[in-house]
Amino acid sequence: MSIMVKIEEKLYQNRYIVDESRPHIQIRNDAVCKSCESQACTVCCPAACYTKNETGSVTLATDGCLECGTCRVVCQDKENIQWDYPRGGYGISYKFG
Amino acid sequence: MVEKFDAIVIGAGPSGNAAAYTLAKQGLSVLQLERGEYPGAKNVQGGIMYAAELEKIIPDFREDCPTERHIIEQRIWLLGDDNYIGTNYRSDAFNSETPNRYTIIRANIDKWFSEKIREAGGLQICETTVTELIRDPSGKVIGVRTDREGGEIHADVVIMADGVNALLARRTGFQPELAPQNVALAVKEILFIDPELIQQRFGLKDDEGVVIEIMGKVTKGMVGTAFLYTNKESLTIGIGCLISDFKQGAIPPYKMLEDLKNHPVIKPLIEGAEMKEYAAHMIPEGGYKAVPQLYGDGWMVVGDAAHFNNAAHREGSNLAMASGRMAAETVIELKQAGKSFNAANLAAYKKKLDDSFIMKDLKKYRNLPGIMHENKQFFGAYPDTLTAAAHNWFTVDSVDKKTKEKEIMKSFVKKRSVLGLVGDAIKLVRAVR
Ligand SMILES: Cc1cc2nc3c(=O)[nH]c(=O)nc-3n(C[C@H](O)[C@H](O)[C@H](O)COP(=O)(O)OP(=O)(O)OC[C@H]3O[C@@H](n4cnc5c(N)ncnc54)[C@H](O)[C@@H]3O)c2cc1C
Repeated sequence: MSIMVKIEEKLYQNRYIVDESRPHIQIRNDAVCKSCESQACTVCCPAACYTKNETGSVTLATDGCLECGTCRVVCQDKENIQWDYPRGGYGISYKFG
Repeated sequence: MVEKFDAIVIGAGPSGNAAAYTLAKQGLSVLQLERGEYPGAKNVQGGIMYAAELEKIIPDFREDCPTERHIIEQRIWLLGDDNYIGTNYRSDAFNSETPNRYTIIRANIDKWFSEKIREAGGLQICETTVTELIRDPSGKVIGVRTDREGGEIHADVVIMADGVNALLARRTGFQPELAPQNVALAVKEILFIDPELIQQRFGLKDDEGVVIEIMGKVTKGMVGTAFLYTNKESLTIGIGCLISDFKQGAIPPYKMLEDLKNHPVIKPLIEGAEMKEYAAHMIPEGGYKAVPQLYGDGWMVVGDAAHFNNAAHREGSNLAMASGRMAAETVIELKQAGKSFNAANLAAYKKKLDDSFIMKDLKKYRNLPGIMHENKQFFGAYPDTLTAAAHNWFTVDSVDKKTKEKEIMKSFVKKRSVLGLVGDAIKLVRAVR
């Protein structure tokens, strides 16, 4: 059984308070991603914030981030993700949780 | 001048709320800081709430606590590819005046609890992220820094109730980073639906509820579980697996959730419901062996941040509330005795934990996380063999029963040799003894 999933459609239901041009997570060094065999962040992130790009590296877009911390945990050996919370009040704001 | 409180509580989830409420109720000056837009804005729970621990803190909580349904039936299902085998337990005795378990919508509970804290005189400030613990030259924690302007605040003791990421403790060097095999990632959705359909599909009346815990093929052989819970006007459905397994890259979590929703056994239960929110959160599942240092000079850590979670029984919020209460009671006792909040005195908190169900239960299951992690057959081979056996047994054809029995036995042994089967049984018994 294989079903197509549009993650955007899921995230679209959520409420976010976006902190314009202040991403709370950053990739430290592009070259490290390029040489990373697993690029596990691209599969593990529940909001698909990480995608493999044309250059063979990884692109990060934090807009849909659910602030779970999974990417930081999977990348801890390489320490290539600078992970912080958004400023107080910003980011995902669950109505139900 | 820097403001000073008896205690600062970081986080407004169940652990922080239990701590702040207990402190405020005893008249201590308490400041609670929460990074969300409102309490609950960042939080995720299945969610089943267990009454006992909340009752200890707020005995008459049932008067106005916004619970969803009280649970009269528990189902445990093992899903195969297009089938399930399972057990259900339903009892009218669960329709008591004081039910023991409720389904909840987490944001509603956190807001309600926070209101109680304010009524008790606690000061709660939201939209404020604590960025750092402030320590004196001896290393003692004396306050916090926040991302607000002039955001330095002091206190006699700081209680970290900041959840599974526990960034503050990790950055201060009080805890190492979470190991991928010690933490699960769960994703869930809330699906709104006509309450009459809930009652029909699950055989319920009024505020009665059903919860289904799910294992099997839906986790694709990874160590994990899924759930489907009934709320008043909605259903929540979710699935979670160890991050060490997700890391292998077989399938993204949202795809796993979508497959669960489309499973032939699950689909009819959620048919016609409207998805209103998609959430993700980690769950600390390393158990006893993953519990970090719990206190030090001027600080304590409670709830998920202290790795207090009983994955085998899907309990977390109750351990959170109990540990928050115990930390607060430790503060109150030391304060009354005029003692300082150094590590030696705060060891009383650890003693309370050791004497309670929190550490006793974690200790009992201390080997379970490792066994699950190393024995994937519990999540792959067994669901298949069991459902196939049931299918064989319940298919009435011209094969005699004795031959059927033999076929079933053979299928078990084929998947997992007799020794393997016996070994697994022993492992499981040892792990939960
Ligand atoms: C999908 C899922 C299903 C679950 N189901 C159940 C269930 O059915 N029953 C059950 O009992 N448990 C369940 N749990 C576990 C339960 O949700 C947790 O154990 C519980 O929420 C832990 O409470 P806590 O207060 O320790 O942490 P949290 O609830 O995570 O609260 C931490 C708070 O701290 C705040 N915070 C964090 N860092 C900072 C900072 N630096 N500054 C300011 N504020 C900060 C956060 O915004 C948050 O409000 C489930 C968990 C998940 C993810």
